[in-house]
Amino acid sequence: MKALRIIGRNIRDAFKGVFRNFSLSLASISCITITLIVVAVSIILSYNVENFTKLVEEDVTIVAFLDNSLNDEKIDEIKDQISLINDVDKYEFISKNDITKDMMDSSEVFSSIMKNWSEAENPIQNTFQIKVENIEQIEGVAKEIKEIDGVTLVKYGEGMVEQLISVFDVIHKVCVISVIALILVTAFLISNTIKITINSRQREISIMRLIGASNLNIRIPFIIEGLILGALGSIIPIIATIYGYNAIYDSFNGQLFSPFIKLISPTPFVYTISLILLGIGVLVGMFGSWRAVRKHLRI
Amino acid sequence: MELIRLTNVKKTYKTGVTAIQDLNLSINKGEFVFIIGSTGCGKSTLIKMLYREEKPNSGQIIVGGVDVGKLRNGKVYKIRRKIGVVFQDFKLLPKSTVYENVAFALEIFGVPKDEIHSKVVKVLDLVGLKHKIKSYPAQLSGGEQQRVAIARAIVNGPKLLICDEPTGNLDPNTSMEIMRVLEEINKLGTTIIMVTHSIDIVKELNKRVIVLDSGRVLKDYTEGTYR
Repeated sequence: MKALRIIGRNIRDAFKGVFRNFSLSLASISCITITLIVVAVSIILSYNVENFTKLVEEDVTIVAFLDNSLNDEKIDEIKDQISLINDVDKYEFISKNDITKDMMDSSEVFSSIMKNWSEAENPIQNTFQIKVENIEQIEGVAKEIKEIDGVTLVKYGEGMVEQLISVFDVIHKVCVISVIALILVTAFLISNTIKITINSRQREISIMRLIGASNLNIRIPFIIEGLILGALGSIIPIIATIYGYNAIYDSFNGQLFSPFIKLISPTPFVYTISLILLGIGVLVGMFGSWRAVRKHLRI
Repeated sequence: MELIRLTNVKKTYKTGVTAIQDLNLSINKGEFVFIIGSTGCGKSTLIKMLYREEKPNSGQIIVGGVDVGKLRNGKVYKIRRKIGVVFQDFKLLPKSTVYENVAFALEIFGVPKDEIHSKVVKVLDLVGLKHKIKSYPAQLSGGEQQRVAIARAIVNGPKLLICDEPTGNLDPNTSMEIMRVLEEINKLGTTIIMVTHSIDIVKELNKRVIVLDSGRVLKDYTEGTYR
């Protein structure tokens, strides 16, 4: 019962502290709000870049063109050889007839030209489309496939794919480093603002000490106050994330510049980000208060 | 019965100033003791050591059976709960009402709400401020603010009340009002140690008077002997 009363008092005092020192609380809340918005933007960017990279990686395919003179038996043999290569994830045989048909269906111009081709005139080749487990292995896998007897040509967008992956990799690393740096800066900023708030209440702390409050008695209401400031400061960033990201997603139709670069679908993404923001706000608020009060508890 | 005993106490500050040297003193339960002396004689250091705001360099200070000089920082609250302290500048929370200022001293220990209410009302009645329960410190006179500070100091029922120049900021009439309140509290059994510069008050009350000089006891007048 006594413990419950003490907890109740601590929570009540923390709320009182926030509202009775409203201008200072407002300063802390604004600081938390601004820094958390910047953190939110970086986290959203970072996650999306990671997503783009993953999508690109999933999209990259090796196409192995086969000699048109091969019979079905030989094609099966090649298929077995491909299946034995390490790092091959999936593979699919697409016959020249299927490709011809797809091309004729896709365009009237193609259709009008290709319909007059005889079997011997058709230059299109049978192919295997191969996906690798790890994009970094693509060059090695392509080389091994090229050495298989009956494979005339191997293509996977070499050059461009590596470049794209390395660009995304750099962007992703920059984002992750900025997110970490921003969180540290946020922690420092918030904790300093809260420190100013608490320094101005040095008198209150000294009176608490004087009347026999233990260090824990003094610390807990301030830590709860930090938690409240952190939670209040994260409200606007959370609302901005939920509505802002949804609006951006809708206005871009879920893709950036081309269908190739898809944005992460807002649900449940924005809610995860919101939780992260609330967590950062609350933890940093509590940490800032704890650090600031500690200074006043030394005799 | 002895409440406070100081044996060979010495206190030198980091600046090199020796505030207390070779001090021996004994105060019994229920006594009312004035500590007087010129500025810098060690009065404030002495009482600060009693409530463990300062630590002695050597010697022993026993308050209510506790060796306060040996208390670790984290345990200081244990002795503070047995002692009430009143200051010249009142040290009230400006943004809290009279009631809240006094109740604060009970709330941190998890005292039930009803008990807090009855104790606060009782103690405010004792200091004559029951009618100002909802006022804020800024709305009170100096004497009234000091009475709130006294109420806060005694609401826990401490065995010892330490007053550091409680009338230093007050006019003579108001000072005497405060002294009447302190006498009343002393009659109820609380030991009071008061540091003051006001010889008029000391003479008027006729209590035990300890005169300090250069950190030592110069004279110790028993009750009724200081003229």
